[in-house]
Amino acid sequence: MKLDLLKAMNAARAARHACALVTRLDDGSQRFVAAERVAADPLAEELEAALRAGKSGTVERDGVGYFLTIQVPPVRLVMIGAVHISQALAPIARIAGLDPVVIDPRTAFATPERFPETPVIAEWPDEALQARPLDRYTAICLLTHDPKIDDRALTRALKAECFYIGALGSRKTHAKRLERMRAEGFDDGSLARIRAPIGLDIGAVSPAEIAVSVAGEIVAALRKKPLRAERA
Amino acid sequence: MTGADDDILTAAESWRAEGREVAIATVIETWGSAPRPVGSHLAIDSEGRFLGSVSGGCVEGAVVEEALDVIASGKPKTLEFGVADEAAWKVGLSCGGRIKVYVERVEG
Repeated sequence: MKLDLLKAMNAARAARHACALVTRLDDGSQRFVAAERVAADPLAEELEAALRAGKSGTVERDGVGYFLTIQVPPVRLVMIGAVHISQALAPIARIAGLDPVVIDPRTAFATPERFPETPVIAEWPDEALQARPLDRYTAICLLTHDPKIDDRALTRALKAECFYIGALGSRKTHAKRLERMRAEGFDDGSLARIRAPIGLDIGAVSPAEIAVSVAGEIVAALRKKPLRAERA
Repeated sequence: MTGADDDILTAAESWRAEGREVAIATVIETWGSAPRPVGSHLAIDSEGRFLGSVSGGCVEGAVVEEALDVIASGKPKTLEFGVADEAAWKVGLSCGGRIKVYVERVEG
């Protein structure tokens, strides 16, 4: 492996950018492919599938074997609101391989006692997300019911093109939210990416059941189609 | 990729920056109950120091030895280990799985 390729892989990982290293197994030749350049690569189809699955593997093309080393950032789950649903969703998310974090400026909610194994940041979303910015490999759930808290995170999530944006609230609440976001300058295309009411329609009632439906919706958003921003 | 695998490529880069000769071994195929998934890395330097894992300990010794050859020759190699392999009698996978490992030198 050329040192330059190794450096490119490491730099991409540090920046949370997806990428692949293609190794031709018969002669050892290699190339680095950034996720946004996949479409132009001869192995575009194979690379896209592997990146979507987040799995390295061997493929064959015209009798030649290639190994695809796939590097995708660990998927994060940001929950805005240290509420009951988050308490259930955090451990479910961890089991599913996501990296959960809870943000809530209300210090009565955002306590380590309520979230024994999950990082809890007792700050406003603007501060917390400044320090750890959202990106397309982040799922975000807006769960506080309080526009003062949720909206700041939502505008950031839309700009960062998070692969999943779920918002708690009735259709009426959501309609008002869309109005506020339109006033912020977001078009209908962006706003259509907000999933509300949050979660798959499985008739969930309790906070834990809603957490299950949200976890399912996140997995579907992650696995069922290529991440939007990477297609562009 | 797990966090641990990430550290291995970072370590390989910094070892090279220190002027050490480095090889990277990568699990490229597995059959049966292989202990480490495809894409797992092991970084090896010319002194035989290594970081990471391609088999959870079963065949690392053999991979390190081959890596020293690869560092010397600069020619990448594909190794196979498994119970059906003759090498298995020396360094077999106790779990009964089989793995293919690609070993290459870091150039430049």
